[in-house]
Amino acid sequence: MHFFKDHGFIDPHSSQIAPRAAYESRRDWLRQVALAAAGTTLGSFATRQAHAQAAPAGVALPGVRSTVAGALTMEKTTPRTDATSYNNFYEFGTDKSDPARHAGALKTRPWSVVVEGEVKNPRRFDLDQLMKLGAMEERVYRLRCVEGWSMVIPWVGWSLSNLIKAVEPTGNARFVQFVTLADPAQMPGLRSSVLDWPYVEALRMDEAMHPLTLLAFGMYGEVLPRQNGAPLRLVVPWKYGFKSGKSLVKIRFVEKQPRTSWEVANDSEYGFYSNVNPNVDHPRWSQATERRIGEGGLLTRKRATLMFNGYEPQVGQLYAGMDLKKYF
Amino acid sequence: MSQAARVPRPVPSRLNRAPGAKAAKPLVFVAAALPFAWLLWGAIADTLGPNPAEALIRGTGDWTLRLLCLTLAVTPLRQLTGWHVLARWRRMLGLFTFFYGALHFLSFAWLDMGLDLDAILRDIAKRPFILVGSLALLLMLPLAATSFNRAIKTLGAARWQALHRAVYAVALLALLHFFWMRAGKNDFGEWSVYALIVALLLGWRLWRRVAATGKR
Repeated sequence: MHFFKDHGFIDPHSSQIAPRAAYESRRDWLRQVALAAAGTTLGSFATRQAHAQAAPAGVALPGVRSTVAGALTMEKTTPRTDATSYNNFYEFGTDKSDPARHAGALKTRPWSVVVEGEVKNPRRFDLDQLMKLGAMEERVYRLRCVEGWSMVIPWVGWSLSNLIKAVEPTGNARFVQFVTLADPAQMPGLRSSVLDWPYVEALRMDEAMHPLTLLAFGMYGEVLPRQNGAPLRLVVPWKYGFKSGKSLVKIRFVEKQPRTSWEVANDSEYGFYSNVNPNVDHPRWSQATERRIGEGGLLTRKRATLMFNGYEPQVGQLYAGMDLKKYF
Repeated sequence: MSQAARVPRPVPSRLNRAPGAKAAKPLVFVAAALPFAWLLWGAIADTLGPNPAEALIRGTGDWTLRLLCLTLAVTPLRQLTGWHVLARWRRMLGLFTFFYGALHFLSFAWLDMGLDLDAILRDIAKRPFILVGSLALLLMLPLAATSFNRAIKTLGAARWQALHRAVYAVALLALLHFFWMRAGKNDFGEWSVYALIVALLLGWRLWRRVAATGKR
């Protein structure tokens, strides 16, 4: 009985040294070996399954390896098929497989991002214009979902601070709010009342300026797949995943702490900060452990969750003296 | 599982004597076992998606609820159609419900909690929906344990029947368990389908009872 999914042959940085087709075919091959070992005659069926999961080739978006402290974890990256088929993006439905199924029609060009509020240079950026604002970097971040699972994803993008410096915030700018696309014509999930649309998130100014806070345009060396937040999204690796808004259309600089979508939905369960913290449980479940997607097999034990998702050396000082149980 | 004693001995209907009636039972057995075979195959061949543990825990939960609905549908269907042969399937479907429920708990305890008893108890205390689900499974235990003919004789039909009415409480607890699980995402579409089915199946019994009392 082969309950153990074996990814042991894939070295930590396969995504960087091997073309995607090559390392994905390794996964297919492993599936077939497992099938052969199971002594089954249904191999052709499962092979078809494996091929069905391989995503079509995307458009390359290269980036230089980041030199920002903490930006390149050595952990094994999550298989791309998992990172692009197991997503929370409620605008396309609440099931994890909904985004991959329903995001295909999302039009990501032309696309523009409005920057407004407490800034000296409010403006509307065309996507191509915006992408040139910084040098594309590859950053391998841990991603921890508030639901208790995690991935390791090689993103492509640059520090949000590049954009912030370009628009010159005024002295009143203390928070940055991120507004994401809410177009009922393209997003079937908007029909349900799970959340107040559009989905809004926000960071404190010092969090937004932190070099690890990434404006991402790609992952796995290619432009972002739609289900992962194309054409641009935020990635804040030390916070639960929902803090990182997808398919951004507006960035607003404000004086007062904005209410975020999940706070509006349920502020006793989701706080403004939502830093990854194994010592502060979600009211309905423990946050002490996490399941790493694509790691090992069914019986692989969950991992211990790290303070600030392992980014404590880089971001711990942002929260010095704060009661993190109160400001969860 | 309530009306075994009240309903008169099955009248040998045409369907009971039909040559297909005996063959149907093994077919129902195979059909009810298919989801298990499918999930087991998925676990072995790694076709359950990026989070196989979650897929198994949710899959076994879904099938517990489906089998429970089927079990509860036997008596109303028999009463509506007069196909008494259906009664032969009820015990088997009830046992399958327990089987999937036990698998559901086992996959949670093993895959999510690593069979760490301390962690399981802490999680049950932390999450009301898991407490409610565990209660439903515990309530099914005596029903499964008294599902053979000797148990009916030993307990006496009336007491056996009273005990097996607990299945109604199991259904309500299972629904509450599923409701609470989905409450996190405010997503009650699927839940309302099961709730409607259970409401119809229990409502039918209630209505029959009220109607019978009225006649007296």
